[in-house]
Amino acid sequence: MKDLNIMFAGFGGQGILFAGKIVAYAGMLDGHEISWLPSYGPEMRGGTANCSVCISDEPIGSPLVIDPDVLVAMNLPAYEKFIDHVVPGGIAIVDSTMVGTCTLREDISYHTIPATALAKDNDLKGLANVIMVGRLLAATKFSTREVFEKAIDKSVPEKKKHLAEANKRALQMGESWTAEEC
Amino acid sequence: MAEKVLMKGNEALAEAAIRAGCKHFFGYPITPQTEVAAYMSKRMPKIGGTYLQAESEVAAINMVYGASAAGVRVMTSSSSPGVSLKSEGISYMIGADLPALIINVQRGGPGLGGIQPSQADYWMATKATGHGDGHVIVFAPSTVQEMADLVALAFDLGDKYRTPVMVLADGLLGQMMEPVDLPEPIKSEDLPAKPWAIDGHKGKRDHNTINSLFLVAQELEDSIVSRWKRYEQIKAEEQMSESYMTDDADIVLVAYGAASRIARSAVNKAREEGLKVGLFRPITLWPFPSDALEATVDKAKSYLVTEFSMGQMVDDVRLIVNGRKPVSFFAHTGGVVQTPDEVLEALRRVATGETFNMVPYQSKLSGEAR
Repeated sequence: MKDLNIMFAGFGGQGILFAGKIVAYAGMLDGHEISWLPSYGPEMRGGTANCSVCISDEPIGSPLVIDPDVLVAMNLPAYEKFIDHVVPGGIAIVDSTMVGTCTLREDISYHTIPATALAKDNDLKGLANVIMVGRLLAATKFSTREVFEKAIDKSVPEKKKHLAEANKRALQMGESWTAEEC
Repeated sequence: MAEKVLMKGNEALAEAAIRAGCKHFFGYPITPQTEVAAYMSKRMPKIGGTYLQAESEVAAINMVYGASAAGVRVMTSSSSPGVSLKSEGISYMIGADLPALIINVQRGGPGLGGIQPSQADYWMATKATGHGDGHVIVFAPSTVQEMADLVALAFDLGDKYRTPVMVLADGLLGQMMEPVDLPEPIKSEDLPAKPWAIDGHKGKRDHNTINSLFLVAQELEDSIVSRWKRYEQIKAEEQMSESYMTDDADIVLVAYGAASRIARSAVNKAREEGLKVGLFRPITLWPFPSDALEATVDKAKSYLVTEFSMGQMVDDVRLIVNGRKPVSFFAHTGGVVQTPDEVLEALRRVATGETFNMVPYQSKLSGEAR
């Protein structure tokens, strides 16, 4: 496969790191080389949080994604901070509930979804991040839903196993979303 | 082999230590190594081991001294400012010939510095881990897999040579997750015997002494010389390094740890441009892999060293190259991490015949939280 460098970005508490972990796990289950690198430190609570995921068939050099092929933006500051770094021909996956109306680049493709509103309306509280992961799966098609569901099973901590089904529902909601709006 | 698991470097290292027979951990939390301590606090009680959060780093390293003297595999872990505090205890352990694993997940310094990845403790680790004539063996992993693999080797060499061993990682390696094959657990009966330990013998043998105080100068010199003979053996037998695309390289890029990953990306980009560049990556920092680097000197036209510091390992590279070929240097420090493109630009400049010792120039990432 072609190298896939993904930047997940949003507020601390939105599950940015977990979203990245599901995608990284899926890449690993598919037999690719992967790396997952979080931002860490004082920004983790309430400030900006982001995480770099690299998926490749070669050993991964720098795990820090600077110019992402795919940006997953879950709030406006994150969108504004990283959108100009997306490579031409790249993909932006945008939570339109949180980002609102945004300036569009013409050389990348947009896959928007009101993930936070969908999570709230569908009893999937706190799972907007996984809805975004579903949208990423549909936009990149680098793996399959079956693999992503297995990645969820592997990523959900033991004491939260009862939430795996809700995560899978969120994944499916994001993957099957069709409306395009921004 | 068991299924690969996705783990943070800090966690993989901690689990690998337990599997290497380490049942005793003494530490104190500090970012970015806290996951090591957190992991140990969960696991040690379940395997009948000791997890103890000491009142300070100084206390923790002295507890390590005590446990090691009793003959068990023991470790501590910290980040740069905490390792400074441990340095007194490390020196005492060197003087008392006590093995232990000491982890430094480096952050920016001096002082409290910052919490982002750094390699500014190279000098401290390899030249002056504490006062006095002495060294510790220093490993520099560059992947999460190596974080796990080098731990067992570190314990083995520590026991073999009766010396503290350090794993010098950094915040990037500690915090990132990669797939890892965890090593098979060592059975406790397979751990090396330690007839020197002070472990209670009910009068069946003469008592052992663990001590670093020698008031008669000749006795101290004798003890140091005897240790230095072991150092010579370590230097002869334990050097480790990795060479990537160096066979036909005009420019040899030298980097270790997380910086070597960025260097590797830069080498791949340079090769796409037709530049003959290779990467030399020390895995042991002490002993420095001087034999393998020496083997590149005839062929290479020049060297570029890149680190997350103002230039520390570059000293050792220059000692080996010894003026025979130009050695340039480029880096960021203080938690700012160079990009592969910046290293590529430095490589292009070296390729034009330029030699430089570049202070960090403003990165497009500097000042931004990453």
